[in-house]
Parts: sequence; structure tokens; C-alpha cells
Amino acid sequence: MKTYLPLAIVVVLSTAYGFWWKANQGAIRTKKAVPGHRLNAQILGEALGARATMVQFSSAFCTPCRATHSLLAQMVESMSDVKHIQVDAESHLELVRELDIRSTPTTLFINSQGIEVGRAAGTPKRDQVLAALANIA
Amino acid sequence: MSEVLDNKEVAKIYIDARGPRFGATITTIVLAIALVTQNKWVIVAQGLVFLIGAVKGPQFTPYGLIFKNVIKPRLSGVAPTEDVRPPKFAQAVGFVFALIAGIAAFAGADLVFTIAVGAALAAAILNAAFNYCLGCEMYLLIVRFTSK
Repeated sequence: MKTYLPLAIVVVLSTAYGFWWKANQGAIRTKKAVPGHRLNAQILGEALGARATMVQFSSAFCTPCRATHSLLAQMVESMSDVKHIQVDAESHLELVRELDIRSTPTTLFINSQGIEVGRAAGTPKRDQVLAALANIA
Repeated sequence: MSEVLDNKEVAKIYIDARGPRFGATITTIVLAIALVTQNKWVIVAQGLVFLIGAVKGPQFTPYGLIFKNVIKPRLSGVAPTEDVRPPKFAQAVGFVFALIAGIAAFAGADLVFTIAVGAALAAAILNAAFNYCLGCEMYLLIVRFTSK
């Protein structure tokens, strides 16, 4: 017995989701921050940047984590007041739950006070990163 | 802070990133055939492919071997590489769906078969067409729910 209906449903739904997912990859959202949460050097194990810090949550089963790490690490080389810190999500589950990190890579943009001002799931584009950092005074 | 990620003891094998994506394209076709014909042997065969991919790595599956011997020699340019663990994870997810579908088929649970094959097909389409990273989206959620 042949039936094409399930195939049609799966193709339509997964394609629609795929376009939505692709469009949102790397987009920096400002309203996802957990109110009142502050990151500091003690939690992160490294000092924060003087103006801003990009905290990248990564995992082993994540191909774009490597590309994100290369991009952000390379970008902060020329910025004396911005730091990039990578966190292994799996070995910091408590922090992951507190901050509601759901996928990797997720990069938090935090200000000098340790307060999140934006986050990006997926690999952000260079221009998106520059724009997000420019908004941090 | 990323001691686990940078740990060289965690065997890091890098493969041609185009291989798993080619495999996902073949997988999409095979799973579409399984869904349309409702043929349980198609899903048994695909399940075995997923099992090899999950245990040994996608480069050792029949699709991986076709890529290596037939497709790759015809491609030019520098091969983009990726860590083998994310595609291995995706193969394991595919295997779970194929296993559920296989059991359902032999038990006569047609609806469960259709849903499980449909879920595996959705993942294969996303991987093939959008370079979707299943491990990125699912792994952390699974760990968050399963460990304390």
C-alpha cells in the first residue's frame, strides 16, 4: 500500500522549520537574559573584559562551535577591552540551567558588570558581533 | 574553562564535512521510499547503516564509502573538515528512530512506524538541505533532562 501523504507532511514541515532555523542562526537577541543574573570571574574562571565579554557555550557534538570559536577568538585579538571565554556546557550544567542555555554554540554578550545584554544561538556573523559589541558601553 | 573541549585525550578525528551531508542526502531518499512504500526491510537496511555510523563513524557506512570512492575524487577545492563526533551523534539519533520504526513494523503498529520514519526523515532533510546540526540542538537538552 503506497501513501504519499506522510511524505508530503514531513517535507513541508521540515523545510519550513529549516528556513526558520537558518534565518535565526547567529541572530543576537536582547530579551533572553535571565533577570538579575550576573557572571563574574569566579564563575567563569577567567577575568572579564574591561568593557565586554563574549561567553561561548560549546559542546563536543557541535560542528559550528569550532567556527564560532575561531571567529570570536580572532576578533578579540584586536580589541583590548573585549574578552572571549569558551565554556564547556556539559561540565557546567548548573550554569547552563541557570542561564537557560538550550543549544550550542550559544554566545552571551555581557557587559563589564557581568550582566547579559544579548545572546546568539548558532554562529553569528562578524557584523552582528561588531554591532552587539558597539552597543555595550 | 573549556578543558573538556580542548582535551586531546578525547579522541578528535576530523573527517571531510561533505561526506556526512552526502550521506544525509542518500538517507533522505531511502527514508522517503520507506515512508511511501511502508516497507519494513527498507528501514531495517537504513537502521543498519545508522548503526555503523553511530558506532564506527559515518565515514564507514556504505554511503560514506560511496562518497570516498566515487564522489570525493570528482570534487575539487580544499575539503572542509569537521569533528566526527557531531555526525556520529546524528547517526545515533537516526538509529533510535529506525529501531522504533523497525519494532513497530514487525509488531504491526503502522502509525508508530510512520511517525518514527517521518521523524528520521525530517532530521535527514534538515541535515541535507540546511546543514542542520542535530547534536547542537538536541545534545544539551538531553543532558539537561537526564543528569543532575
